[in-house]
Amino acid sequence: MSAGHRIGAIARKEVRQLRRDRLTFGMIAGVPVLQLLLFGYAIDQDVRNLPAGVADLARTSASRRLLAEVEASQVLDVKVQVGSAEELEQLMRRGAISVGVVVPVDFERRVARGEGPPAQLLVDASDPLYLAAARGLLELPLGRRSESRFDRRSGVPSTAASSPVAAFAIRPYYNPERRTEVYIVPGLIGVILTMTMVLFTAVAIVRERERGNLELLITTPVRTPELMLGKLIPYVAIGLVQTTLVLIVGSVLFQVPLRGSLLDLYLGALVFICATLSLGLLISTAAATQFQAFQLTFFTFLPQMLLSGFMFPFDAMPRAARWIGEVLPLTHFLRVVRGILLRGAGLGELGGDLWPLGLFTAAVLGLTLLRFRKRLD
Amino acid sequence: MAESAIVARGLSRRFGSVVAVDGLDLDVPGERIFGFLGPNGSGKTTTIRMLCGLLRPSSGSAEVLGFSVPEEAEPLRRQLGYMTQRFSLYEDLTVSENLEFMAEVHGARRRTRSARVRELIDTYRLGELARQRAGWLSGGERQRLALAAALVHRPALLFLDEPTSGVDPESRREFWDALFELVEGGTTILVSTHYMDEAERCHKLAILQDGRVVESGEPRALIEALADRVVEVETERPSRVRELLQQRDDVVGVAQLGSRLRVLAAASLREPVAAIERALAQAGVEGRARAARSSLEDVFVAATAARRKGEARDVGSGPGPRATGAR
Repeated sequence: MSAGHRIGAIARKEVRQLRRDRLTFGMIAGVPVLQLLLFGYAIDQDVRNLPAGVADLARTSASRRLLAEVEASQVLDVKVQVGSAEELEQLMRRGAISVGVVVPVDFERRVARGEGPPAQLLVDASDPLYLAAARGLLELPLGRRSESRFDRRSGVPSTAASSPVAAFAIRPYYNPERRTEVYIVPGLIGVILTMTMVLFTAVAIVRERERGNLELLITTPVRTPELMLGKLIPYVAIGLVQTTLVLIVGSVLFQVPLRGSLLDLYLGALVFICATLSLGLLISTAAATQFQAFQLTFFTFLPQMLLSGFMFPFDAMPRAARWIGEVLPLTHFLRVVRGILLRGAGLGELGGDLWPLGLFTAAVLGLTLLRFRKRLD
Repeated sequence: MAESAIVARGLSRRFGSVVAVDGLDLDVPGERIFGFLGPNGSGKTTTIRMLCGLLRPSSGSAEVLGFSVPEEAEPLRRQLGYMTQRFSLYEDLTVSENLEFMAEVHGARRRTRSARVRELIDTYRLGELARQRAGWLSGGERQRLALAAALVHRPALLFLDEPTSGVDPESRREFWDALFELVEGGTTILVSTHYMDEAERCHKLAILQDGRVVESGEPRALIEALADRVVEVETERPSRVRELLQQRDDVVGVAQLGSRLRVLAAASLREPVAAIERALAQAGVEGRARAARSSLEDVFVAATAARRKGEARDVGSGPGPRATGAR
């Protein structure tokens, strides 16, 4: 009887079990959606709505206008108005605010003189992202503001009527290409696949060993590659379903564009899914219990999260970290998926990142076959 | 009698420093039920696993149905059924799904497959349970399912590793009836057990201890060999008598059954009834001795005690406690 027959038997059995395993079944859809929402909404690197306090000591129309602009930018969410910089510092120490805006008494005179920044921002820089956000707020838009809004020669602040909001639009800063979701969501396809695919396969095989099924299975004529293929096929399909899910949610909720071809994207995802599944198989040969499989999965998951260019810009990482990163499948898939989705690249142009994925798969599968014996010793 | 289904010579298996199976010689006749009787850790499961090709022997050789293991394990597997000690079917699949799956991986074609599954479901009275998940079955039901699953491909040789542990007596009896039917159909069965009544039903038996065969033969012959060595003592002071007799070198074992003591005499003790009565009189203990029928338990005690006492005598040179960790 044919090998395909036995592979099919194992694959069908696996799907049956999956349908009954509500937890795993829920994870197939739950993990992508949850992660997408978490990364898409919560982990928004465009920092907005920082709690802020304002000490407007000048109390002129110009200072009020400045504060109105600041508030309109949505970077700051002005919670309190106080009377001195000291009070702002106290609030910040208590954690009530992250940013304080101090407009000095002589604000207008400073503007008129044009010597340095007229107002001051106090920033809780313990999270560098806050500082970056605040810096963006002040240096970019306010720098321009002083150019366009205040006439240096006359030293007279222009009136509200003559300078509509448009002149100070913060638009350049929040330009669409720099929305983090757009950058993060394609990467999330890779992260979600890495997490679920490796775990599912590792657990799927270890569970059989743990429950004693494997002892029975290896006394049947099923061959090792057949067993592996049969177990993998359902998960390849699940991986493609997850990819689809992320793409749909990403485009509906976060307007992530698809600039390249959908077919290219699925082919790229398929190659990547094979790489992650083979890693899961390798883990299954090393783990004796499902718990160990979990541990080992996270052991491989963390470096992929950190060194693949998902969390930090790849080119900015130290050289050693980049070397490690080049070995990880997620690194290459991130480039592929971002290339296709954001830059509209074709698979042909991304060959440089496809062959490492293929090589990884082949090497890991080979290692797995060497380690997996149809024996108990 | 058919020729040997299994021949093993000097079969051994070590796990690290633990010797689980120690130079086992086996001749299992075909179309018979062959029993492994032994306590936990005596090497029953390890031996079965080696004979299936699941474990490599550390030394020695075995031929199963003419295939040498583990080298020729793959072709052997088509003729081999294995019922593991622990229930190893899928608990989240139904009874019929499990059987279908096993039939599929054994390569049965679609039409013959469903016919075979129906046949097994009928034979092993699984009809009402067919759509139930295996995880919800009782011990006896699981056992019937596991047996049916091991038989989907009509194997010539069936390994059953403690198939009836945790199963009620009624189901056990029924199970053994099924085994005899299989043997009549030409199947060879190797079954491990630690139940005396089950061991007694086998055509042939090997008693295992610490990975060695300490006794083997047909149960009836083994029991009859001890016919005049079993003495029952009735006494008011059983613990005193027990103490007294256990000290003697010519007494192998003493077991209490209610107010009676069952004494197994060594082969060296002539006329054991008289000898024991003399011993009681000398010690001034009242008690009456009479000959009793030997049982398989006596065979087991005699076989394992010889080695226990032997080891006790040459303390220091013996291999020490073994095989407790090997399963």
